[in-house]
Amino acid sequence: MTLETMIQQLGSGMVVSTEIFFLTLLFSLPLGLLVCFGRMSRFSLLRWLMSAYISVMRGTPLMLQLMVVYFGPYFFFGISITRGYSMVAVLIGFALNYAAYFAEIYRGGIESMPVGQYEAAQVLGYKRPQTFLHIILPQVIKRILPAVTNEVITLVKDTSLAFVLAVAEMFTIAKQIASSQTTMMPFVIAAIFYYVFNLLVAVVMGKFEKMLSYYR
Amino acid sequence: MSLFEMKNITKSFEGQEVLKGISLTVDKGQVLGIIGPSGSGKSTLLRIATGLEKADGGEIIKNGSVGLVFQNFNLFPHYSVMKNIVDAPLRVQKRKKEEVYAQARKLLAQMGLADKEKSYPFQLSGGQQQRVSIARALAMNPDILFFDEPTSALDPELTGEILKVIRQLADDHITMVIVTHEMNFAREISDHILFMDRGVVAVEGSPQEVFSSEHHRMREFLGKFHQGES
Repeated sequence: MTLETMIQQLGSGMVVSTEIFFLTLLFSLPLGLLVCFGRMSRFSLLRWLMSAYISVMRGTPLMLQLMVVYFGPYFFFGISITRGYSMVAVLIGFALNYAAYFAEIYRGGIESMPVGQYEAAQVLGYKRPQTFLHIILPQVIKRILPAVTNEVITLVKDTSLAFVLAVAEMFTIAKQIASSQTTMMPFVIAAIFYYVFNLLVAVVMGKFEKMLSYYR
Repeated sequence: MSLFEMKNITKSFEGQEVLKGISLTVDKGQVLGIIGPSGSGKSTLLRIATGLEKADGGEIIKNGSVGLVFQNFNLFPHYSVMKNIVDAPLRVQKRKKEEVYAQARKLLAQMGLADKEKSYPFQLSGGQQQRVSIARALAMNPDILFFDEPTSALDPELTGEILKVIRQLADDHITMVIVTHEMNFAREISDHILFMDRGVVAVEGSPQEVFSSEHHRMREFLGKFHQGES
């Protein structure tokens, strides 16, 4: 196999990996906020439920979670699994898992806000949703950006876990080529791909941080 | 008719009685000074008056809107000076943009900060930040403005500028309630003074009456204050 065809084949995997990456962020960033609200709710049952959710999601391997999401419908409900479900299962698993991590990052950010900001808003007559949306959230985003960057970088590398459900993302294809062609080259290309991807992530997140550095 | 009244307000924190039945009245145009040692309940009283804390007992009669200037300013750091001032009038009171901005510019000029409207709070000195927070409170056109030790978080050389601004407001007949540790200032600016001690109003009256009171806690308090001053 020429290097060119190898890169071509890996390229289609890169597209899938990139898809997993962006769709996971798209779903887990907002979902994390909901989980965070539940975790901080004044209803103790909801609070407890979300704590348990976060605990399980963070306490078990993502690879295992992917398998549960994929095989669960058959084992628990007898629903037969179609081939196309694997990508859906990957996205569900990733979104649920990353939402738990993001929820905790959000909570840390929200709890780090000085109470004076809430009090100033209250005295000025802001309603609670206005206070959160306009006063608290913008400041929280600035505070949590470094932690979010960490998580996003981890996500880039975690996309390779989709191989357990045989989704044709880059790492899955790299392994196939490596074993059929008995060459390490696909892994070298994979390493470069992940590294460059994360370099871009770091640059983009750095830009966001800079955008928010107009105040302290 | 008084603008604001508190009757027999009580408040406890974890069984500790902080306010033991406090009453006060604020009339339109009046400046009420509240003094007293730390832990006497002054700040709690102010937090109850402005709705930040709920009283356990007693009655509050409000015949107007209230504003509050915090000890630590509590400006919104992600908003420019201008936005700090105009955001609540626009978003909360839903007033007209032109009118609010015109008022904000006037207030900033009055505070000597006309050139700072585009600055962010972190770029300002503590005194400047406190003046912005006073402008922010005034932009809501409150009927009464409460001050919670407005100079306590400032370096001594910066307290003067804040006291000057408050004096100016008193000259404009803004109704104010001021909790302060600045005794000379309290004496000079207040129409009426409450001396609070251990959750009660120990002495009250005109500045002359209060500062010449023979109440032993008041003498003790002033004694400490004068020692601290020398």
